[in-house]
Amino acid sequence: MTSKELNWMIGGPQGSGVDTASNIFGRACGYGGYHLYGKREYHSNIKGLHSYFHFRISEKPVAANVNDVDLLAAFDAETIVRHIQEVVPKGGVILEKEDLNTKFSDIQTLPAEFAAEFQKYLESKGIGETVGDLVEDAKKKNINVYPVPFLDLLKDVADERGIEKLSKVTRMKNVLAIGISFSLLDYDVGLVEKAIKAVFGEKSNIADMNILAFKKAYNYARQTFGNSFKHKLEKLDLAEERIFLLGFQAIALGKVLGGCRMQTYYPITPAADESEYLEAHELFKLKKGDGAIVVMQTEDEIAAVNMASGAALAGARAATATSGPGFSLMVEGLSWAGNNEVPIVISYYQRGAPSTGLPTRHGQDDLRFTIHAGHGEFPRIVLASGDMKECFFDAAKAFNYAERYQMPVIHLVDKAMANSTQSYTLFDLSRARIERGNIVSSKDVKKGEYKRFKFTDSGVSPRAVLGTEGAVMWYTGDEHNELGHISEEPFNRNMMMEKRMKKLETAHKEIPLEEKLNFFGQEDAETLVLSWGSPKGAILEAMELLQSEGFEMGFLQVRMLHPLPKERIIEALKKTKTKITVEMNYSGQLASIISEKTGIFMDYYILKYNGRPMTTTEVYEAFKKVLRGEAPKRQVLTYGS
Amino acid sequence: MALKISDYRTPLFADWCPGCGDFGIHTSIQMALAELQLEPQTVVVVSGIGCSGKTPHFTYANGVHTLHGRTLPFATGIKLANPDLEVIAAGGDGDGLGIGAGHFVNAGRRNLDMTYIIHDNAVYGLTKGQASPTLRLGMQTKSLPKPNINSALNPIALALAAGYTFIARSYAYDVRHMKNILVQAIEHKGMAFVNVQQPCPTYNNINTKDWYSGRVYKLEETGWDPVVKNLDEELDKTVAAIRKSREWGDKIPIGVFYKNELVPTYEERISKRIPFYTKKPPAKQQIRDETGTPTAVMDEWFKELKV
Repeated sequence: MTSKELNWMIGGPQGSGVDTASNIFGRACGYGGYHLYGKREYHSNIKGLHSYFHFRISEKPVAANVNDVDLLAAFDAETIVRHIQEVVPKGGVILEKEDLNTKFSDIQTLPAEFAAEFQKYLESKGIGETVGDLVEDAKKKNINVYPVPFLDLLKDVADERGIEKLSKVTRMKNVLAIGISFSLLDYDVGLVEKAIKAVFGEKSNIADMNILAFKKAYNYARQTFGNSFKHKLEKLDLAEERIFLLGFQAIALGKVLGGCRMQTYYPITPAADESEYLEAHELFKLKKGDGAIVVMQTEDEIAAVNMASGAALAGARAATATSGPGFSLMVEGLSWAGNNEVPIVISYYQRGAPSTGLPTRHGQDDLRFTIHAGHGEFPRIVLASGDMKECFFDAAKAFNYAERYQMPVIHLVDKAMANSTQSYTLFDLSRARIERGNIVSSKDVKKGEYKRFKFTDSGVSPRAVLGTEGAVMWYTGDEHNELGHISEEPFNRNMMMEKRMKKLETAHKEIPLEEKLNFFGQEDAETLVLSWGSPKGAILEAMELLQSEGFEMGFLQVRMLHPLPKERIIEALKKTKTKITVEMNYSGQLASIISEKTGIFMDYYILKYNGRPMTTTEVYEAFKKVLRGEAPKRQVLTYGS
Repeated sequence: MALKISDYRTPLFADWCPGCGDFGIHTSIQMALAELQLEPQTVVVVSGIGCSGKTPHFTYANGVHTLHGRTLPFATGIKLANPDLEVIAAGGDGDGLGIGAGHFVNAGRRNLDMTYIIHDNAVYGLTKGQASPTLRLGMQTKSLPKPNINSALNPIALALAAGYTFIARSYAYDVRHMKNILVQAIEHKGMAFVNVQQPCPTYNNINTKDWYSGRVYKLEETGWDPVVKNLDEELDKTVAAIRKSREWGDKIPIGVFYKNELVPTYEERISKRIPFYTKKPPAKQQIRDETGTPTAVMDEWFKELKV
């Protein structure tokens, strides 16, 4: 959308190296000074079904995808079928020559419901029955088609390396696609080689072979397609050090910084990546000496949440990470932690729901669930990050909230962030602090007199961890007295309920506004957008585009969803004329929560629930409709494949 | 000053039914703690839900009364975070072998150095006498509307299959025997399981005190050798213990069925990866300095992500 920007997509069957190719592509662009945002889409499948990676490369920071594809690299016929319509005029499609002859009816992985819709499209356009017919039609839109004999190129590589079995090199089709892409873009070969080495290991044989394949493809494209592609990607000056950060990495890093030393988990998509990443990095440096995080794969999510609680009782900063189905199993444990004032952190990676839903796709369906999960009433904090940087700092801060207010903290993130990568300049960690709240040691307790649930004005009791000398304590899921022993007395019950719930008020009062909300744009603009979580990037970019067209908007990103900073929300809502919420669910959960807490209703709802993250393009178009007074009250966005 | 048995008793009224086996188990726990002279603050008694769940409240030591079936996950979390704590989990048969059976099995696979006691009375007491997983097929205890339609599982054999490295059975009315077993269980290096046969005078009118007396006999008095001394013996001792565990009826063996300290504990397994784990477990790591600044150095982590 801006001048020096490129949208590159690579797609193919799962297991064919799409991920590796995108990793190389992203790194190579990063070395050349580009910012990027990339999202990964995949089926709940290991091998064979369609997957793709959509990169947005720009000279300035980018925070979301757009609808356009400038250059599409297709490993297979399905990728062409699914994505060719996203390619912009003057854009390009790199494809396997042989795929042009493929009949649509022979693509076995196309789901029936897709094929039926696609058939209607073909008939309406008068397109024939092969991929070649579709490609010919696309050419009318002035799209450049680059057919490549991938197999022949692979044979060349195999011959040159004396490899007899072609199957040993077929996986390198991905590097060939990279080679063709970068050749068309006329990009610096050295940077790509560096990226290949970074991905496969500096001195590895595999890196060598991949570099050979890359060069072969690069030269092939140079000779065959010359200078026909209009987009060029020139090397920029890299002014500062940058990182590429995936959402799950950001959370893992934040946890370590925040002092998390025990993580439990049960495998689930897309949350498990975080725990595996932590386990792979279990040993790390401290300012003095070494540190470690114990990562425990449990038998189920019930064990995961309760083990984390056990560890927290013993004094460790402990967390678990899960997604919707797993959190459902954790709910009883959450209630126990709430009742027993246990400082645990749950990283909740939302995905398309209900039930198993869309296991590998995106959604923000679980806001209300996290706020209300658990039988009975007990305090908890629900925190939602809007990008990878927030994921990092919020993950660290979640433990401070948990320990200061002695309650479970649910850190809500989503698939869009978990599996997307974004470039950042290095974070400034100098202001990071660990606050453990009212934690007491042996010198603070008189032997035999410690009361774990002592009544206090703030509701927060001095907390000794298990094993503190002189302090013996009891916990129970039953209602209990100050000592932690079972009590069913009505008077004590009231005091305890009020003590626990008081902590939520204390948290609400003490946590500074800047940690709970972000405001962007014009405070006195006539249009105010409210949202939470990962739509942040697309909203900000859409606002920027609209600003350049003369439309001013304000954007209140709510990061603390419970307790809701309602006073600030009311203040912002009262200043504005048109109120819009943007979120990835069917019912407008944030909107309804705001209405419930403030009595104010939204004018427009922009929603999406097809499992694919919002793009800047579609949010921009939806806003524009509102600004022009042409929008229905409820707009449902549908982009994505 | 030496700790006495009564030092491990809270002043709370123990509200179990008169004659309940829980009294015996509770007494044995106190006796074992006193014999081992364990400081109350270093001990954590973890329980689940049911009559047995109240055990920690009557015990003067740290007590964590958890959720139904979740005794072992909480205990595991506590032990992993601070392996210096002496963790004793105690729960009912329904808790550990019904709703919590998955945890029972997986705790065996880990072999953490802690103790797990199952109060086995074949009924769900606190919900008024339904059949537990250890009630035999066809039995109709007092409050069952129909005879039990499920077969009983064999906790000893299940523990063997799951990998527990100390497996014993005791009897709630023989507190001295149980104390001895518990002392061994606590001192055992690895995951110890003690299944306690326990009459429920209110709901189990079949396996009563009278029923047990005369049937129960002590393995140690028969020359039974449960200890796996080298890996060659492992299979034979396991098979022998399974065979022994099926002895039920006129004769019911109690005592240690199986003991194997050759299997590395979970703590040892972690220590292979985190060499300082036992010195600096999760609960004891310095996570901040005096200014509250995190001690973790993030440079290496970010370096890996640099472009």
